[in-house]
Amino acid sequence: MNTMIQAKKSNRIRSSLQDKIFDASNVVIMILLLFVYIWPLWFVIIASFSDPMEVQLGKVLFWPIKPSVDSYIELIHRDSIWIGYKNTIVYTVLGTLINMFFTICAAYPLSRKDFVIRGPVMVFLLITMYFNGGLIPTYMLVKALGLVDTIWCVILGGALSVYNMLIMRSYFMNSIPPALQEAAVLDGANSFQYLIRVVLPLSKPVMAVIALYYAIGHWNDYFTALVYFQDESKYPLQLVLKEIHQSVTAQSIDMSNNLDMEEKVKLAQSLKYSSIIVATVPVMILYPFIQRYFVKGVMIGSVKG
Amino acid sequence: MILSRKKDSYIKRLMKDMVNNWILYVMILPVILYVLLFCYAPMYGVTLAFKAYKIKDGIFASRWVGFEYFSRFMRSYSFSNLIRNTLGVSVYTLVVGFPLPIIFALLLNYLRLPKLKKSIQLISYAPHFISVVVMCGIIKLFFADKGPLNRLTEMMGGQTINYLTSPAIYKSLYVWTGVWQSMGWSAIIYISALAGVDYEIHEAAIVDGATKIKRIIHIDLPSIKPTVVMLLIMNVGGLMGVGFDKAYLLQNELNLSSSENLATYIYKMGLIKSDYSLSTAAGLFNTVINLTLIVTANTVSKRLADESLF
Repeated sequence: MNTMIQAKKSNRIRSSLQDKIFDASNVVIMILLLFVYIWPLWFVIIASFSDPMEVQLGKVLFWPIKPSVDSYIELIHRDSIWIGYKNTIVYTVLGTLINMFFTICAAYPLSRKDFVIRGPVMVFLLITMYFNGGLIPTYMLVKALGLVDTIWCVILGGALSVYNMLIMRSYFMNSIPPALQEAAVLDGANSFQYLIRVVLPLSKPVMAVIALYYAIGHWNDYFTALVYFQDESKYPLQLVLKEIHQSVTAQSIDMSNNLDMEEKVKLAQSLKYSSIIVATVPVMILYPFIQRYFVKGVMIGSVKG
Repeated sequence: MILSRKKDSYIKRLMKDMVNNWILYVMILPVILYVLLFCYAPMYGVTLAFKAYKIKDGIFASRWVGFEYFSRFMRSYSFSNLIRNTLGVSVYTLVVGFPLPIIFALLLNYLRLPKLKKSIQLISYAPHFISVVVMCGIIKLFFADKGPLNRLTEMMGGQTINYLTSPAIYKSLYVWTGVWQSMGWSAIIYISALAGVDYEIHEAAIVDGATKIKRIIHIDLPSIKPTVVMLLIMNVGGLMGVGFDKAYLLQNELNLSSSENLATYIYKMGLIKSDYSLSTAAGLFNTVINLTLIVTANTVSKRLADESLF
């Protein structure tokens, strides 16, 4: 009896020692991770506020050196940034509205069990998730429709994400009691009135999540613009950013012998930091507030399985 | 006889439904038209891969050439390199990028400092929202020859590494920066699955003297197995889908031998060199392999783990 208790006791002590090691290494790993996550982001911020020369020499590591806002001043004098900003805002707002229209138009009928063609339409949409025409056939279609170099190719290009539609549909099906529909029908409401007055107001969380998914997608998209835009006045912010980041290469710095040229190159180089900040700030300011909605979105999406 | 009656009743039901629920049909109509035009019409355009495309003839009237472009694509000297680069990066991503979020979620689950937990969650989700252009901008600055990482290594006595221009390092750079960007976000789904594990099982295990590592192996992992398998199938299905965006932005002449993948090749062949048929053939090749992979992964997991997507 005594030995058994002792054995159990020593077992517990050993296991708690193992657990202590586990906990300690866990904390160490997390703190290291925190550093790995924060440093690159922090570096870009401080580099954008440092003297371009010092950044170039690699002296800026953890703290800004000779703080200056030169690169921001240079940046705001570039028209392309403002045009890009304006375009991106237009594309994001209009694009998201159209996205939401198509997504609701698909998700609501498909969430109704009494919708007779529900099965075939689902298959029709699901096929597009796994099979598509590819770059060139899509490009040729857009060209044939005369949409190249127009705002419509960015807005209509991916107007419906089937994945987002499925999330919304599963929310309609799982979170809105069917009894509400019966009650609405008894009160003489048609499907449309029921959708507008009952379903949509009850679905605010999922609407917010999906609108945010779409909006972030538009804000961050550069591929569509790269493929379809030749006219620089239509470039979204991300494409302007890409141009800034490709304009100065390592070689062109080496080749610049005279000082004046070198100065220009340094300033152009520092634009890279400030442009990153300027393009990311809107998303990052909103991020802490909308973060929980996004997390919620992942949960709703995973319910479907 | 029975069949025809059934068919009749379906059409009858449809007619009745279209009258009673006409609003639903009016709603779904623009969706169907849109998808037909923007998703299915390009699928017809895939026939380009089997035709010698001439602008004046259009897709429809161009001459059929069968598999000529496929064999040209597969015999081209870059073919094996393209496949190696595409698969290399995606298998690497799967091997590293799939388990890490699970481990991260498990560690977070056992972290007992709520403040540290909150802050690491908040900061680790954030990179997911950074655009690809910004991400590659940060990579190019951070990993530059005279960038902060190389400076830090130098200060600690290491040597400068040419992260951005070395073909040998390209794949690791691509994969690990991808882990940095997506690990936190991918972990969310596991974190929520772990939160759903019945705590009474854990209590029983603690009474029996199980260590945390044992609890992870015997309680947590079996509980989240369905989630893991589902995501694994989805990941395998995307194996050949190595994105265009990041590879294209990280490419330079020096690392091209390992950074050129199928997606960037399709883009360059199609839109820069205007070799439409070859580009479409390469794209179709990619889609077919992807489709095969996802169906295979689904079947295997159905047999082995009794879990499947469809």
